[in-house]
Amino acid sequence: MDQTQTFWQFVNQQSDKLWNQTWAHIGLTMISLILAIIIAVPVGILIARKQKLSGIVLGIAGVLQTIPSIALLGVMIPFLGIGPKPAILALFLYALLPVIRNTYTGIMEVNPAVVDAAKGMGMSKWQILTKVELPLAFPVLMAGIRTATVINVGVATLAAYIAAGGLGEFIFGGIALNNSNMILAGAIPAALLAIILDFLLSLVQKINLKSIRVSWLILPFVFISMSSFYLLPTQIGGRMLGGFTPEFMGREDGYLGLKSVYRLGIETVVISDAVMYKAAFEHKLDVISGYSTDGRLKAYDLITLKDDKGIFPPYYAAPVIRNEVLTKYPELEAVLNQLSGSINDSIMTALNYKVDQLKQSPEQVAMDFMVSKHLYKPSKNGTKGTVRIGSKIFGEQYILAQMYKILILGNTDLTVLTKTGLGGTKICFDALTNNQIDFYPEYTGTGFLVLLKPDKKTIKQLEGNTDGVYQYVSQAFNKQFNIKWLKPIGFNNSYALMMRKEQAQSLHIESITDLTNHLKHK
Amino acid sequence: MIKAAHLVKKFGSSTAVNSISFDVKEGENLILLGTSGCGKTTTLRMVNRLTEPDSGTIFLNGTDIRSQQPETLRRGIGYVLQNHGLFPHYTVAENIAIVPRLLKWESSKTGKRADELFEKLNLDPAIKDKYPAALSGGQQQRVGLARSLMVNPPVLLMDEPFGALDNLTRISIRKEFRVLDELVKKTIIMVTHDVQEAFEMGDRICLMDKGEIMQIGTPEDLLFRPANNFVANFLDEQRLQLELKSVLLEEILPGSAKNISVWDQMESLLQVNAYPDDAPGDALTIESLMAAFSKYKKR
Repeated sequence: MDQTQTFWQFVNQQSDKLWNQTWAHIGLTMISLILAIIIAVPVGILIARKQKLSGIVLGIAGVLQTIPSIALLGVMIPFLGIGPKPAILALFLYALLPVIRNTYTGIMEVNPAVVDAAKGMGMSKWQILTKVELPLAFPVLMAGIRTATVINVGVATLAAYIAAGGLGEFIFGGIALNNSNMILAGAIPAALLAIILDFLLSLVQKINLKSIRVSWLILPFVFISMSSFYLLPTQIGGRMLGGFTPEFMGREDGYLGLKSVYRLGIETVVISDAVMYKAAFEHKLDVISGYSTDGRLKAYDLITLKDDKGIFPPYYAAPVIRNEVLTKYPELEAVLNQLSGSINDSIMTALNYKVDQLKQSPEQVAMDFMVSKHLYKPSKNGTKGTVRIGSKIFGEQYILAQMYKILILGNTDLTVLTKTGLGGTKICFDALTNNQIDFYPEYTGTGFLVLLKPDKKTIKQLEGNTDGVYQYVSQAFNKQFNIKWLKPIGFNNSYALMMRKEQAQSLHIESITDLTNHLKHK
Repeated sequence: MIKAAHLVKKFGSSTAVNSISFDVKEGENLILLGTSGCGKTTTLRMVNRLTEPDSGTIFLNGTDIRSQQPETLRRGIGYVLQNHGLFPHYTVAENIAIVPRLLKWESSKTGKRADELFEKLNLDPAIKDKYPAALSGGQQQRVGLARSLMVNPPVLLMDEPFGALDNLTRISIRKEFRVLDELVKKTIIMVTHDVQEAFEMGDRICLMDKGEIMQIGTPEDLLFRPANNFVANFLDEQRLQLELKSVLLEEILPGSAKNISVWDQMESLLQVNAYPDDAPGDALTIESLMAAFSKYKKR
């Protein structure tokens, strides 16, 4: 069976991809590091000369360091688009602080008597810098560069979110697809890379420099950086560019299906759904993989392409709950089912729009909706026990979790703890099976294809059969995991391919088949 | 050879050096003596432009030192620091070759000169490939001196050169340096706070306080003809020893051996007296020496 593939089989099978990602990872790390060294070392020297500046400069570099990586990447999209450029800039900014600080500290720690002697013997300022201060500061400076390298190897995994490649493609793809081999195939090389680079730099650190021969040091660096430009994803800028999430790239009902069923030939990059819609809106991407109820569809004026060959199975949302919890609190099932049937696709899209675009809080949106549907009851402030609700890390799940919270508080004597923002499907589902949460909203298609991973025959059999899929997952989950699927809420949040409305209309593309033909004939 | 005129240097609101003037003749040892903060180091550093005076001028061989690039000026002036200032990442051989390399000497010439100095300074040639951290304090100070003497500069500036050494090493190195032919010919300005050192090493002493010169003159001038109370008080504590050291035997007993101080004579007499049988019958005794010294002082 192919799902019990070993790690080595996976690595063998994906070795091309693995090498590409590793080289891209090295390229991103090294280029940003070299740029950081080129800027940060002179800045460090400058602030060692002009003490007054040191506070401000180290402060600014420190603030840059504290910006969450994914936020920094997101901020850069409007200016630099997607791909390696914003990733390198972000990594560069992260590498600045350790290098500036250690250059500064290293020079400040040089014995003043030695500098005084050098001056007194008639060395010029440049000679003092290159023959005395930098060589003596070198071990400290190198320690800073090592820190920056290790940070950059780690942060560079996030480059996969903005189509810059790197080992993050496997790591995030693996998390989204519940594929441990894939996670390890990304995580192990990344860890090895950090260890190896750090070790190599530790050898450099031990060199006793009589004088910094600037040219000798810069040459190999320039060589490496020039060569690593070849290794980065260069395919950006083709006729039409598809940007798909790591999860979509690896799914049978995603990119794999598009290739095998539709024979879709499009250049692709891997990107996070957090920035994907915006990138499409700003013409950085032409086709993206989205969710059909996503509020951003409305906000960015995107349309979904018709899935005329039915590769995207229906994704009805329903709470999945551990049977133990239902045994303990039997009243819960009826309470949670109150939501069933009250939300269709367009209502969900509208609710998502409020959260994603109008920036209303999920709590407020959920409350407004519950009140309007007369499902709201004031909290009974019960003390019978606690129910833990989980959610994945996007708006729709936040809203649903809040709605369930309102229902439970108003109708039972239980209190509620919400654990929202649990990464991808794997993280959420693992939390459920490991008794970290009691239930969360899941989608039938995800449960079917990602969590159960049935064989091809079963998939074929149930294709397009909405009820069949629900029945199948209900039974299988009950048997395999002791988990119950409650009644579907009513809307279908399936995968969809999306394009900008004006582009789709001008090219007369309405379905995925139209897109395939357009790409073939061009 | 060196002439300083009306030097003033202020650091913020405090005046480090307040309008001082002095001359140093060729081959002379001038000692800048004083307590810490008296401005002696600032004065020394103005000579090789490590510190620029706010006003006043220094002439070296009749030319204003500001007419030269500071780097060029400094390469022609030897500079010895308290903490030797050796480069920790250079071996001894590399350290002493710094100024020759700045002046683009042939390496064979540098090597020959290094060998010569090593011999004169009693340095083991085996330490050439060692790093400064592996040397003893005395060796470090000798290497520091060798480095400053490499290109045989006519002028040498020394900033508390023995300050970091322990007492015994200091006294023996001082004795060695005093008779070193390389140093005897040189024009030297040396900074110290140690009165003994000043009297031992100096042809003339410039006693400073609060940025001003209290008196400038020979050791005898300061001892026997103090310009003011400050000078007299400054020397009081060690007066007898200083007097014995600075007065020569021939001054109190004309016709005796030259260039021996009363102190030296006393030391040898006391040693001889430990074995009275060996004493030459009609020679000088401690008693007659003291009598002569006392007569000399009352003169």
